[in-house]
Amino acid sequence: MQLGDNIKPNVSATNGNHVNRVSARLKEHIVEIISDSGEGAQKCGQSFGSIVAQMGHGVWTVEIIPAEIRPPARSVAGASGNRIRIGEKRVTNGGNETDLVVAFNEQVLLGRVRSNELKPGCTILLESMWRDDQNPSIKNSYIETYDQLVAAGYRVYEIPMEEECHKHVTDSRRGKNMFALGMLCSSYSLDLQIARNQVALTFGKKSAAVINTNIELLEAGFAWAEANLDFRYEIPSSKTTEPQIVVNGNTALALGVLASGMEICAMYPITPATSASHYLSDAFEKVGGIVHQAEDEIAACAFAIGASYAGKCTVTITSGPGYSLKQEAIGLAVMGEIPLVVVNVMRGGPSTGQPTKTEQGDLMTTIFGSHGDAPKVVIAPGTIEECFYSVITARKIAETFNMVVVILSDANLATSQQPFTRPTFDEAWMAPPIDQSAVPAGAKPYDWDPKTGLARRFIPGQPGGMHTLTGLAHDVNSHVAYDPEINQQGMRARSLKLAALQKTLMPPTVFGDPTGDLLVIGWGSTKGAIEEAVEEFREEGKRVSSLHLTFIQPMPPGIKEILAGFKKIITIENNWSDDPNDEIIDETNRRYSALAMLLRSRYLFDIDCWSECRGTPLKPNTVRRVILEALS
Amino acid sequence: MKAATQTISASECLLRMYDEHHEIEDYQKGVPRWCTGCGDNAILTAVQRLCRDEGLLPEKTVFVSGIGCSSRLPHYMNTYGFHGIHGRALPVAEGIKLARPELDVFVNTGDGDCCSIGAAHWIHAIRYNMDLTMMLHDNQIYGLTKKQASPTSPIGTKSNTTPRGSYLEALNPLTVTLGISNVSFVAQVVDWIPEVLYQVVSSAFHHKGFSFIRIVQRCPEWLPKQMDPWMHDPQRILLLHHENGLEISPSLAKVYTKMEEHDPANMNRAREIASSDDPIPVGILYRDDDIPCYEDVRHDPRLRTAEMVKNGLNAELDKFTVWPEGATHV
Repeated sequence: MQLGDNIKPNVSATNGNHVNRVSARLKEHIVEIISDSGEGAQKCGQSFGSIVAQMGHGVWTVEIIPAEIRPPARSVAGASGNRIRIGEKRVTNGGNETDLVVAFNEQVLLGRVRSNELKPGCTILLESMWRDDQNPSIKNSYIETYDQLVAAGYRVYEIPMEEECHKHVTDSRRGKNMFALGMLCSSYSLDLQIARNQVALTFGKKSAAVINTNIELLEAGFAWAEANLDFRYEIPSSKTTEPQIVVNGNTALALGVLASGMEICAMYPITPATSASHYLSDAFEKVGGIVHQAEDEIAACAFAIGASYAGKCTVTITSGPGYSLKQEAIGLAVMGEIPLVVVNVMRGGPSTGQPTKTEQGDLMTTIFGSHGDAPKVVIAPGTIEECFYSVITARKIAETFNMVVVILSDANLATSQQPFTRPTFDEAWMAPPIDQSAVPAGAKPYDWDPKTGLARRFIPGQPGGMHTLTGLAHDVNSHVAYDPEINQQGMRARSLKLAALQKTLMPPTVFGDPTGDLLVIGWGSTKGAIEEAVEEFREEGKRVSSLHLTFIQPMPPGIKEILAGFKKIITIENNWSDDPNDEIIDETNRRYSALAMLLRSRYLFDIDCWSECRGTPLKPNTVRRVILEALS
Repeated sequence: MKAATQTISASECLLRMYDEHHEIEDYQKGVPRWCTGCGDNAILTAVQRLCRDEGLLPEKTVFVSGIGCSSRLPHYMNTYGFHGIHGRALPVAEGIKLARPELDVFVNTGDGDCCSIGAAHWIHAIRYNMDLTMMLHDNQIYGLTKKQASPTSPIGTKSNTTPRGSYLEALNPLTVTLGISNVSFVAQVVDWIPEVLYQVVSSAFHHKGFSFIRIVQRCPEWLPKQMDPWMHDPQRILLLHHENGLEISPSLAKVYTKMEEHDPANMNRAREIASSDDPIPVGILYRDDDIPCYEDVRHDPRLRTAEMVKNGLNAELDKFTVWPEGATHV
């Protein structure tokens, strides 16, 4: 879209004369705030997300994170900030391109333009101080970029943010983010009082003077926009009657750990999983929990195993490279039948890959990882809310089946915020107390039930239960076994537990009609984007449905029947698959995406796949394009 | 009695603790499958005797190991045991101890298990200073994988991976341990003086904190002559004694006349002694009873209840809650 009627900026009108503002009613909008890192755009974006949630809007926020902690100032790759998608109704994903962006310099903005993150004609609120910069190269680069953006049809408003902030504070670099927040509140017709309260909450740990200064800046930004901006948006809201929680996926996971009654989390720092442990470190000890920062990932996993073996169930939280290191220990937990919850917040791989970017690349290594046959349960939450409840479910399964349960989240869920109904604590979420009653005479440590593979758990402290747990093949008495029959029997028992769990699962629900022309299958964090696109097609009368898998190992019953109801089936994933149009790709060498490969082998359906690993969350528009191709 | 209970059936356990008496046989399980003359046998005997003498409840005692000949020890104890993966005994033991401080936890490890693959865990275990008793079975060779050089193999040791003799200086586990901050108990003993072995294991058990014992031991299969010069010449053993260390019996003093009165509080002298491999110093090199234990620093003794979790969770949820208009909340 080319905007011929490029609205001219209004920078001169800083004297408080109110301009005529054109009000527009919108169903939804995507807003970005970007800056160099350390300029507070993250805080501005998060606060904005919370304010719009309190206004009753649907919202989904996405962090924009550069790969380095402090990239050089004014660098194209250094954009740090937040993207907020506001909607009339519930918002389930980060959406497509950005409609409005606040940028603190033109270079970080350029980075967003080049990676096609801005909608054509996007409104840009740009810090204008660089136009008069003492350094001619900065000045020239600014003017050049500004001219390019205008020529490209973006609606650029030059705003003297620092200059305006200087009227209130001496160090305006630290206050500009709240000024920007104020402008946004005005632009989106938000309640200023709710915004003031949010700022007070955001700076709640700071002094009253700091809070007041920031509120002053917020109000200044609000007033400036009221006086100078010639547009205003209104998005209808539908207020809920239930209290909502606004947290990102990592905080939701950590809250789940707290709620599940787990007492120990063993971890080693790794992006993007670490913030879950940061949050737990602060919150956990109030209820008697401990976050143990081990010397490495292997130690963290072994520590968690030791603590779980000693009586309850422990969690270790990590991301791809750490998950790789834990593999041997995970195999030990499988062999010893020790309950263990492992959270893998996936990032781009392999190797150190893309630490701050999202990907669903670890599904195969999770299901087949650790050497030998090491069956474990794999759960992939699809929403922020599911991040919370998946931990409670995982602990229960781990303790009921004495198994390793892996939760596969990813950077997309980890850093995104979406409101969900405030959980109400249920005592049943908690682990039972440590069993110290005597083991009945004759009971054996691995007395596998022939039908389910389950055996009772022996916990140190139980008289009569003494045995040596071993990672070696063992018999029912936990004695090291060299007999081939015994190994076969042990493997069977450990594997059977997956089938026993599968028998307890509900068949998944199809999103849309249970039969049709096309079924799109996804898993994990892509749920919102896929369902949004599918819904659009359905509104257009197309016979498209989707299926989202939360349990990936074991897969729930009923999938085969669902698959049989569709003419064509395709998975859409954030991992690698070959493009069948590539010159040397054919049916004999095509590599399928992870879930497609699993489904094809399990259900013997000709399931197609489409995937990308660009490090960005899947966009509904991308899903739309893929569906259109699949339907043609 | 060292163990304290805080579990649901605490009173029941406390009653039983004083009622039950166990004989050595109660701690024995199976027939050890170590080679005849292997030092592991002497270590097993010492810990079984310790369990009996201290009246440890078998169900409240856990022996944790990694992989190797040494690490088979838990299989011969009629207590709880955890025979895990190569090099990782220490983090497993730490997890157990943090979750259940009332359990008595021992770690048995070998020179490869501890000083090679598990070296990072060893160093950090010293830092954590948890109340664990760790025995390093050091025979200076890899046994279970059939004779490869170990980090503690003396220079020139011929093995399957060093057929022309090992070319690196041996790692000294004592000087390494004494070099880590927060070190709280370091001792050395040889497997062929059982009386001192027992005394050292017992002192380590009674020490509150991370007790590191290096046990210089024989491997009759792969290095059968390695320790002969030290075994056959008591003058090549330096016995350390002190009122805060070991008591040397008169009969022992007759044989091992090379002795030094060494105060285990003296770190500088401990480091000097530790650097000697001929004579081999035997006894308690260093001890500091005042270093806080990790599990005490970290572990809140409060029992967790559903009420606590509920209140804790709700307090956290409050921070992130958007209340509907007109809703009342705390």
